[in-house]
Formats: sequence, C-alpha cells, structure tokens
Amino acid sequence: MYRVLVFLILMLTWMILSGHFDAFHLIMGAVCSGIVTWLSSDLLFEDRSLSLRTRLRQLARIASYFVWLLGQVVLANIYTLKLALSPGGLDEVAPRVVTFRTHLKSDFAKYLLAQSITLTPGTVTVKIVGDEFHIHAISKVAADGLDGSMEGWIKHIFEPEASAR
Amino acid sequence: MELFFKLAGMALFVLMLPIFYRLIAGPNAMDRILAVNVIGTKTTVLLVIIGMIFARVGMFVDFALAYALLNFIGSLAAARYYHQDRLRQERGAS
Amino acid sequence: MIILQITGAILVILGLVFFLGAAVGVVRFPDFYSRMHAAGKGDTLSTILMLLGIVCFLIADVPWAAVIHGDFSLLVEPILTSIKVLMIALLIMVTSPTSTHALMQAGYDSGIKPHLSEADDDSTPSDEETPTP
Repeated sequence: MYRVLVFLILMLTWMILSGHFDAFHLIMGAVCSGIVTWLSSDLLFEDRSLSLRTRLRQLARIASYFVWLLGQVVLANIYTLKLALSPGGLDEVAPRVVTFRTHLKSDFAKYLLAQSITLTPGTVTVKIVGDEFHIHAISKVAADGLDGSMEGWIKHIFEPEASAR
Repeated sequence: MELFFKLAGMALFVLMLPIFYRLIAGPNAMDRILAVNVIGTKTTVLLVIIGMIFARVGMFVDFALAYALLNFIGSLAAARYYHQDRLRQERGAS
Repeated sequence: MIILQITGAILVILGLVFFLGAAVGVVRFPDFYSRMHAAGKGDTLSTILMLLGIVCFLIADVPWAAVIHGDFSLLVEPILTSIKVLMIALLIMVTSPTSTHALMQAGYDSGIKPHLSEADDDSTPSDEETPTP
C-alpha cells in the first residue's frame, strides 16, 4: 500500500514538472516512477505498521503545526532585525550553549523538533547526540524562551496517546 | 510592473553585497561557506525575478528549482567535507 | 486584480526588508554562530515572502477575461508555474534550516570557539538556564 502511495507522489511530481499531458510523456513518467518506486520505495516512510487513517491524522496535525511555525518564523525575523539594526542591539547579543534531553523517539520527530528550534526566535540547534540537543541561543531572553511547549506539540503529533495522560 | 521587478532585482543584488564582504573577509572557511549558502538561496529568487522581467517565468523557474537543489547539496557536501577533513587531521596528529 | 498586484508588491518589499536584516546581521554579529542565526532565519523567511509575492503577480497576470468566457487552456501554464514556484518555497523552507544545522555542527566539531558572554560562562551552567522540558 505504501508503494502505491510513493508511486502516486512521484507521478504527481513528474506531471507538475513536465507540463505535458500527452500519452508519450505520461507513459514515460509512469515507467520512471515505477523504476524509482521499485528501487527505493523504502526510503520515504519510516514506520510501515501505521494505518493510513493514522497517517492522515498526523498529516492534518502537521499542517496546523506548520501554520503556527510560520508565525514563529515571522517573530524570529523581527527579533533578528531588531538585534541587527537597532544601535543598542549588539549589547543584547550574549551567546550561550544550552543542553537538554528530549523524550521523543523517532528520528523524524527529532528532526522536526530541531528544525522548529532553528526557526524560533534566537535559537539554533547545533548538534544532536542521541537524546541530547545542544542549542545555541543568541541572548538570555532567547534561552529563557526555550520551554517544553514545542516538544509538547510534536509529541501531540506523533504520540497522541502518550501525551493525553 | 516590469519596472518594479527591475528595481526589486537591483535592490536584491545591492543587499547581496554585504554578504560578498563576508565571503571575502570571513575569518575562516565556515564563514565563507555560510556566505556562499546565503548567496545561493538569494540567486534562486533572483532567477525567478529575471524570469518575471523577461516574461518567461515558465522557463526560468526550472533553473531556479535545479539551482535550489544544487545549492542545498553543495552546502551539505562542503560542511561534511570540512567536518571529515578536520577529523582526519586530528587522527593523523595524535 | 490590482489588489493581488499590490499584495504581491508588499510581500516582495517585506522580503527585501527581512533580507536587509539578515545582511546587516551577517556583517555585524560578533562570531560565526551568531552570523548563522541571522543567515538561517532571515534567508528562509525573505525567500518565502518574495516567492509568494511573485505567485501573486503570476495569478494576477492570467487573462481572466478570456478564462471567464470559457477558454480554460490559458489557465494551465500559469497554474503549473505557480505550483513550481510554491515548490521552490517549500523546498527552501525544508532545506535551509537543515543546511544551517549541518554548518553549525561542522563548525562546532571543528573547534571554532563560540563567543560566549563573560557574565555567565558556559562551563558552569546554572539551574535556571537549563530548561527541562
């Protein structure tokens, strides 16, 4: 079932990128997508045991999460703009490295957490070693803004039953 | 509208000049890789804007897509090369 | 359609303003890691905003009078181009933090010293600085 999904995603990408909808191009696209699916369809989804319904629910939650993330990106940029352009902004720059442990399990959840930390105001993920996140914060305000709310969001996306209790 | 995009492209190029300064004067190699990464991302936008000026966006957007992919792979490869190079030097020194 | 064009112009100009912040930050900030902050964030948002503005212009450029009269074949090419531009924006949004992270890790492991503030040294992190999520 996941192979069909991968094939459909590849075929849709082919159709968008080629822009021709005659029989020759469509057959060529189907052949190419089939070969790629046959060779490397196990690269795209991590956990094959989940049902399609769970996947759709995760997708909806990720979409709402992305909207929240876009707001955070705008806030982060306004903060950077303030630091860079205001005359006293450089005095506020006091970089520090913060370390914390996460409870997320799958690699994709960790990746999403690292990316959100990079995009939120004043913090960038430096390094992930196992469960440990090393985070570079540009000022004291930014380091204080790192609480567990973002991890709660991501836990809610991938492990809803664990965060409910 | 063509005038607006000409002005926007020129403004984008002028804003890329401070990053060129960082590319030339950067204290070490990582700063230069950073500058190349930022300039590459902005070149993607500049390609689409050039497409808008020539009214041939359908053609230029393909270049921009390929350039964005290449820029990402390039900066990843540079970061990994620098990383491994430093590790190899440490191993050779010890 | 003039509304769409004005929205697109505002988005492009906002993107330029945020890129100004990134450029000044890259020059002014004291060490490599702080520069990475400015580069990684300002780059992502300004690219997304400018590409969204260009999509607004593309949609405004469609000859809507002919489309309303039933000539839908004029609609195919602008929509494909808009989807491609949106694909670039999504690609940048996914890849730019990733390359930022890769460069940070390479710099950190290769021993570039972060410019830590003297007031609170990293070697003795106090309790309120270490969040426990």
